[in-house]
Amino acid sequence: MTEGYNFAYLDEQTKRMIRRALLKAVAIPGHQVPFGSREMPLPYGWGTGGIQVTASVLGPDDVLKVIDQGADDTTNAVSIRRFFAKTAGVATTTHTAEATVIQTRHRIPEKALRDDQIIVYQVPQPEPLFRLESSRVETRRMHGLADYGLMHVKLYEDVARFGQISIAYDYPVMVNGRYLMSPSPIPAFDNPKMDRMPALQLFGAGREKRIYAIPPWTDVRSLDFDDHPFRAINALEPCGLCGATDAYLDEVVTDDKGGRLFVCSDTDHCAERRDAGHVGKDGVP
Amino acid sequence: MTLLSARGLSLRFGAIPALVDVDVDLWQGEVLAIVGESGSGKTTLLNVLSGRVTPDAGHVFYRDPHGLEHDVHAMPSPALRTLHRSDWGFVHQDPRQNLRMNVSAGGNVGERLMARGARHYGNIRAEAIDWLTQVEIDASRVDDLPRTFSGGMLQRLQIARTLVTHPRLVFMDEPTGGLDVSVQARLLDLIRTLVARLGIAAVLVTHDIAVARLLAHRIAVMQRGRIVETGLTDQVLDDPQHAYTQLLVSSVLQA
Repeated sequence: MTEGYNFAYLDEQTKRMIRRALLKAVAIPGHQVPFGSREMPLPYGWGTGGIQVTASVLGPDDVLKVIDQGADDTTNAVSIRRFFAKTAGVATTTHTAEATVIQTRHRIPEKALRDDQIIVYQVPQPEPLFRLESSRVETRRMHGLADYGLMHVKLYEDVARFGQISIAYDYPVMVNGRYLMSPSPIPAFDNPKMDRMPALQLFGAGREKRIYAIPPWTDVRSLDFDDHPFRAINALEPCGLCGATDAYLDEVVTDDKGGRLFVCSDTDHCAERRDAGHVGKDGVP
Repeated sequence: MTLLSARGLSLRFGAIPALVDVDVDLWQGEVLAIVGESGSGKTTLLNVLSGRVTPDAGHVFYRDPHGLEHDVHAMPSPALRTLHRSDWGFVHQDPRQNLRMNVSAGGNVGERLMARGARHYGNIRAEAIDWLTQVEIDASRVDDLPRTFSGGMLQRLQIARTLVTHPRLVFMDEPTGGLDVSVQARLLDLIRTLVARLGIAAVLVTHDIAVARLLAHRIAVMQRGRIVETGLTDQVLDDPQHAYTQLLVSSVLQA
């Protein structure tokens, strides 16, 4: 741990303030709690909300994993992981099973999370209604009165226009049958994982200064119609490297002749499967 | 039993008395027209009756389907909002105020159904198409955006959107204002048919005596925030008692 920093960068008063917001958020699942977001040494949109929540829940014995679009080795993930290794001296890992705190951008790990783990989401826009209703006064009133007909109008428009609900990421959910919530820009594929998850789920939006949470074992239901039920969208092929058929896949363009490769977006999951001897059609045994 | 009754409504905007001790009664299935020149407090009265504006004094009572009477301005806001999106409807003069211009006609009509909890796409769409047909909009326009609609169609779309939940009481603020005469006539005919068939009670604000004569059972004439004369439509228009009503009736061009 580098000298000269308070543990996990933030000062203790700020962490207390964020923890109070977190407690309130856990008490009212899906409700957006305002908090005094601090300047962090990274730009807005890179995870300032998530990093503040992580700093507030991190203890010296925690093991931290940071993922960005499912990968442990992208800039954002590497930087935030190194940031906490430096300012908190905590152990870091890329293995989902070993981590106690997982900060994530745009994915939920494929491996099922346990009740001794916390997952922290980076949220760019906490308000699920923001594209439909521009006034925050009005959206707060809609949340207060659980008046969510407007969100269904959006789904209706999708079905009328495309024949299906065409939201591929940031698919709105109802938490505990009460609050409409944005799950952050995770693919709709990951939505079912949030339902009755044993791990505590925390959401931090730094620029918008909002925190919300889903306590363990809470009902999370993706919005849909009775005759157009929610369905997770994924690539039709198995992973090219590990052959997985049940993981979320990224499409990688490999040449300029139409060549493409589908690979697991969760790099840790893919590596583990390859170590266990699974080989996809583009993989090397 | 009255559906809606108001007692002693008063409201001032600074020095201007917008409403002075106004009493209104509305029975089930009845259309009440409020007429008067502009600035006489018609729209203010409509806003107060519908709970959108709180009066300085007086009460508005609404009787729900179970026979219970509610003081509209003492109701908790969730209850009032529920009332506004199920039992009540509001038709604006400018349909753009009520419609979502970036949502298709079908979505506009279906919104109140979905707000009330409808979650079956097929049924919502079928009902939307049914209502578009009832207001004489071709069913093939169901997926078109309102901005491709003419003024008269927009007003009819607004009416479909309002009536889709079968409200018991509809507030209408100059529903035919800003439309040309032939479109007005068709729209009036439509409103009259729908209101009679569905047994809807309505409070209709208009400055057009002809509209009131065509649609309303009873009429209330307003001048400077007061109701100066009230009675059956034909009675008031054929035998006006108050000087102002006489002026209003005589100023209409005889065709």
